[in-house]
Amino acid sequence: MSEAALVGLFVATVQFATLVYLAALGELFAERAGVLNLGVEGMMAMGAVSGFMVGLETGSPWAAFAAAIVVGALVGGLHALISVVLGADQVVSGLALTIGGVGLAAYVGRNVGGRIPETQFTDMSIAGLADIRWFGEIFFDQPPVVYLAVGLGLVSWFVLARTRLGLALRAVGESAPTTDAVGHSVMGLRVGAVMVGGAFAGGAGSFLSLYMAPGWVEGMVAGRGWIAVALVIFGAWHPGRLAFGALLFGFTLALQPRLQSFDIGLLGVQVNEISPALLGMMPFLLTVVVLVIISWRYRHRPSPAPADLGIAYRREER
Amino acid sequence: MSKQIFLKLLVLMAVFALVATACGNDDSDAQGTATDSDPTSVPAENMDSDDMHDEVVAAFVYVGPVGDAGWTWAHNEGRRQAESATGASTPFVENVPEEGPDFRNFVVDFIENEQADVVFATSFGYMDAMEELAGEYPNVVFEHASGYKKNDTNFGNYFGRMYQPRYLSGMAAGALTATNQIGYVAAFPIPEVLRGINAFTLGAQRVNPDVEVHVTWTFTWFDPAIEGDSARALLEAGADVIAMHQDSTAPGLAAQDAGARWVSYNSDMSAFAPDAFITAPIWNWGPYYTRVIEAVQDGSYEPGAYWGGMADGIVDLAPLADDVPEAVVAEIEQVRQALEAGTWDVFTGEIVDQDGNVVVAEGETMNDGDMLGMEFLVAGVVGSATG
Repeated sequence: MSEAALVGLFVATVQFATLVYLAALGELFAERAGVLNLGVEGMMAMGAVSGFMVGLETGSPWAAFAAAIVVGALVGGLHALISVVLGADQVVSGLALTIGGVGLAAYVGRNVGGRIPETQFTDMSIAGLADIRWFGEIFFDQPPVVYLAVGLGLVSWFVLARTRLGLALRAVGESAPTTDAVGHSVMGLRVGAVMVGGAFAGGAGSFLSLYMAPGWVEGMVAGRGWIAVALVIFGAWHPGRLAFGALLFGFTLALQPRLQSFDIGLLGVQVNEISPALLGMMPFLLTVVVLVIISWRYRHRPSPAPADLGIAYRREER
Repeated sequence: MSKQIFLKLLVLMAVFALVATACGNDDSDAQGTATDSDPTSVPAENMDSDDMHDEVVAAFVYVGPVGDAGWTWAHNEGRRQAESATGASTPFVENVPEEGPDFRNFVVDFIENEQADVVFATSFGYMDAMEELAGEYPNVVFEHASGYKKNDTNFGNYFGRMYQPRYLSGMAAGALTATNQIGYVAAFPIPEVLRGINAFTLGAQRVNPDVEVHVTWTFTWFDPAIEGDSARALLEAGADVIAMHQDSTAPGLAAQDAGARWVSYNSDMSAFAPDAFITAPIWNWGPYYTRVIEAVQDGSYEPGAYWGGMADGIVDLAPLADDVPEAVVAEIEQVRQALEAGTWDVFTGEIVDQDGNVVVAEGETMNDGDMLGMEFLVAGVVGSATG
């Protein structure tokens, strides 16, 4: 295995991790506020197509990224409207958002499928740091969205853990009636959190269509929204642990094509003889393993899941 | 409680509306195309008695979107060529899943409501449904791409010898690699894909005996993120030319970013990565579609198992990049002529597999049955034949 291949493995790890981290961070906001949103896949698809289309029109990756964020927030707002304002079943509404969002993205993008991209994000070296051997290329010579994801992770942690707004958000996820009694607007907090979640997912989708695989063809999100949903559980609803989980998932995604060309023996097994079909299952196997570990670790104490997660709040039905 | 029920209904309606919007796309496209064609054409002479409409209607069912720049795009180009060549009306529908009732429903709709005389189905998974429908509608012609079933009256299959232009594209790639390592982003370990890898490798070895072809399996037909990343992995491992078997352009963009070269597939994708593009083995379905529709128009249709090669024009090689050496361009032309004349074919011995077994003896040529069931990789390919 050459040095270039090894560095490439970690460069790809960071990029795949960024893709799923952004989407999962958004889902984390919604879930901490007590709203399960299974529509991440649909919101990502809408972000990917709208980002690509605005990129075609404007030629600016940042305008495209901004558009994807707005569209993501609006699509997320649809889930908020149905499940928070109207109090409908969150699981049903989220699944509807995935099916409908993927379909709507296909419809919106029907005339731009397979078009040559006008613009895309390019790598941005950070002066001084990018020259560090190995680490420079892995962490400091990446597209700007990667740095943005790191920043958003820190800000999200700070907001959730250290601000009154974060306290209110976490409170509404643990007990909506209590938060209501304290005088916060349950609906305002939840709708806001879900729309922020949509914005993050939209941005993640456009990272796909503006950098990782520039272009738009329907189906290109290919299940990564579901990985993001699983990641939130993996990360035990904490932005820091979520980042660790995203890197681990990113690593398994980056490993799949690369293991096939690595000529290494491990415990008597040639790694390049492991079927890539099995490797492709890794992220999902990992999810199952982590679910088991989490439920074991928390067997004698309360689960890290927000207590009111998935429960609609209606004041008059208390 | 009634409020809850109302809300659930509302959600279900929202789902239905969104799904309907997505599907509506297909219908409107199909309808739109149906009315595009010339309604004043002369009635065909040898129509079956129950076909009272004026012109031949040839319906197309696609597995993907026509905007995929790949497989479905190529079929749609063929449809358009055939439409202008024959004057037939050619409605189509995109994104029809291979599983489930959609395929059957669309075909029945084409036959019952649009009086389709021919149905072209362009994905392997439609095969069994096509067989059933052919039995139910004996007056309609059913043509299935990439399958192997047929009957004696109204159901045939068709495909192309893509391995022939693959071999030629391998020659160009073999001439342009400096590291003698070519990366091949492969889809699924099935005979069609293995045949392509082998033909490509044999072509590359013809001009460059030292070349190695490194295969990475993605187990996808279309997942640009994985396919682009697989190309990057091969480039990092030392390859300087990337070939592929999927429908996406992502491997080409990855190659261009790395300053490497690219052999695309399905269609001439040079516009996506002009600096990287070398050439591409491409599909050209127009002549076949034209021929079948004309046969239906004059009543001479007979079903067959068509496997056309470069001589028929169903498969071809996209224009070569300017920097392919002249001697290699000339040799490619020479081989193309031999393929078109039928004096030589790609899997002519001696061919040795990865384990050193002779699979085709010196001077012999593999028969179609063995080619269609190919399960080995030739010597010089690095990677597993089973994924």
